Amino acid sequence: MSTPPAEIKPTEGSESGLSDAELTSAAPEVLANSLREYLEASWRRIKGGESGALPVLVGLIAIGLFFQLENSEFLSDGNLVTLLGEAAIYIVIGAAETFVLLLSEIDLSLGYGVGVGGFAIAELIAPPVNLPWWLGVIGGVVAMGCFGLIQGTLITQLGLPSFVVTLGGQLALLGIMLELANVDPTAVGGVIQIDPNSPIYKLGSDSMSPSLGWIVLAVCIALFAAVTLNRNRSRRSRGLHTEPIGVSMLTILGVTVAGVVLMYICNANRSHFAVIHGMPWVIPFVLIIILAYSWLLSHTRTGRYVYAVGNNPEAARRAGIKVKWIVTLGFIMSSATAALAGVVYISQQGSVSTDIDGGGLVLYAVAAAVVGGTALFGGRGRMVNALLGGFVISVVYNGLAIMGVQPAVQDISTAVVLIAAVSLDAVVRRRAIVR
Amino acid sequence: MSTTESTNGALLSLRGITKRFGPVQALSDVTFDVPAGQVTALIGDNGAGKSSLIKTIAGLWSPDAGQMLWDGKPVRHTGPREAEAIGIKTIYQDLALCDNLDIVQNMFLGHERLRSRLLDEDTMEMAARQTLKELSVTTVRSIRQPVASLSGGQRQSVAVAKALINEAKLVIMDEPTAALGVAQTRMVLDLIKTLSGRGVAVLVISHNLNDIFEVADRIAVLYLGHLAVSGAASDFNRQSAVEYMTTGNATPAGAA
Repeated sequence: MSTPPAEIKPTEGSESGLSDAELTSAAPEVLANSLREYLEASWRRIKGGESGALPVLVGLIAIGLFFQLENSEFLSDGNLVTLLGEAAIYIVIGAAETFVLLLSEIDLSLGYGVGVGGFAIAELIAPPVNLPWWLGVIGGVVAMGCFGLIQGTLITQLGLPSFVVTLGGQLALLGIMLELANVDPTAVGGVIQIDPNSPIYKLGSDSMSPSLGWIVLAVCIALFAAVTLNRNRSRRSRGLHTEPIGVSMLTILGVTVAGVVLMYICNANRSHFAVIHGMPWVIPFVLIIILAYSWLLSHTRTGRYVYAVGNNPEAARRAGIKVKWIVTLGFIMSSATAALAGVVYISQQGSVSTDIDGGGLVLYAVAAAVVGGTALFGGRGRMVNALLGGFVISVVYNGLAIMGVQPAVQDISTAVVLIAAVSLDAVVRRRAIVR
Repeated sequence: MSTTESTNGALLSLRGITKRFGPVQALSDVTFDVPAGQVTALIGDNGAGKSSLIKTIAGLWSPDAGQMLWDGKPVRHTGPREAEAIGIKTIYQDLALCDNLDIVQNMFLGHERLRSRLLDEDTMEMAARQTLKELSVTTVRSIRQPVASLSGGQRQSVAVAKALINEAKLVIMDEPTAALGVAQTRMVLDLIKTLSGRGVAVLVISHNLNDIFEVADRIAVLYLGHLAVSGAASDFNRQSAVEYMTTGNATPAGAA
């Protein structure tokens, strides 16, 4: 095949002087000078298979419409808030799994990591230890982080496949969890109750007052707008290519609308008996985790190295990156994040039990990440994918439950939907690779 | 023509480099110079020891015997990091770029610029743009596109720019034109000339004699692990180069 003329003379060939490959893969903001060009570039990317979060968004809307037509209760304010609460744990474990998936590894121990994290925190904040809640959380996170360090060290130093090590790790964590329940005399029948006055309990059961919610939302939107506009101004002043101002405005408008709708739904009364309203605390808790992790991946050296190692470990090694440490760190982060998922779990259950379905949770962790658009083979994906993916899982479960489907059928249907979503993603992305 | 030369002006001088792998003698007593601001071509048949030699220079392993002089001073690096630290950058055949990262991210991989401990994207982007401009790389529209979308020649340019931005004094290129089309080969050869024009020492390994004779100032021929000959490119012609590569010797007419 001969070289296309666009190669040497950018002015020839396609109108803009770019090869088709460049046109479809380049981010729209680097090609566009106006809002219209931006939208056109975005559309080319989608057609070329670089669809990002679009399939999962479209899928989410389709599934949501289906359930709404089946039962008008589905999109009620009350049920939407329930949905968000149910999605919380899927989102957090999805974020945990994203760290290792980005590195082209997998962590199958996460499910019981939630259990061990939950037990550790529950025992640390209850008699006889009686630590303050935040020290309890730190304790649980550090303990799980150490477990991740052991797994990561075995995987990197001995060169073992991560699925084998973490499969063993899953069993070990199940044992540790049972032992934690065993040694605690207050754990009756393998269950520890959380003190209803503890902030951890309230995280899952209480809500912000509506007025506080609106204030927080206003501050967040103002901060977002300021950061976006300030970054653009700084880039423009240094002569760097900047996204069109229309795009920035549209993004800020989109975030504002989404935030207002979310807050409006949360602030509606969702009880028939008493007044229950306001955003459940667990929602900002999850959003802060996702935001912090996104920031870590995009603004720090370590985050950059995670992507480099996940795509091409040899290139990363030659660039002087400590590949083994980055992979180990990925497992530390995934295990530590499982403990944070444990916080969500015990706060929503009001207790922690050895009956926790660790095997199911780890599936949701992988599914949330992959359904959201994170690649199974490393180097591609973002934390926001786990957010969307976790939401899809809770929508499917919740919708089927509202339809009155039997639990067995619920599980089978969820499995079908998840595999369909992953397949769709694989097919769309294959177009991108084949091209 | 002699196989030993003076160290005058040479950025890198190899003196009697020897490397064994068990019973296999990969390199025996290799001595030659790589001067700054010139393109030195390292040629030889398969198994002649080219890869072994560049891996030794790049610090992937240390020689069993012999000495390396860098700017006249003996050096002995025990890892690629040390070789990189003194300014030896190697661009391997597979280019070692991360497809999922964009051009700027690849150029600074492992050497990111930071501001208050965070990635300073704007500064890196401006420096990357400047370097690509200096290398006359004009075919990439945006330096924020992932390298997965680039052609072979463009990827080669990114690899060279990456070396340059990290203050390379010696750039080693392993088969830089292999698998490239005509126009892209042209682009890479121009790039090599630009690079040496900036005072960088370039050591090129290639099978393609056309390319060698076009860009090389000096030629060194390896034959079965030892240096058959080295000298100015003008002392060679195609016939003598091939004879050195295949037999380790040349007929007097060819050797000039």
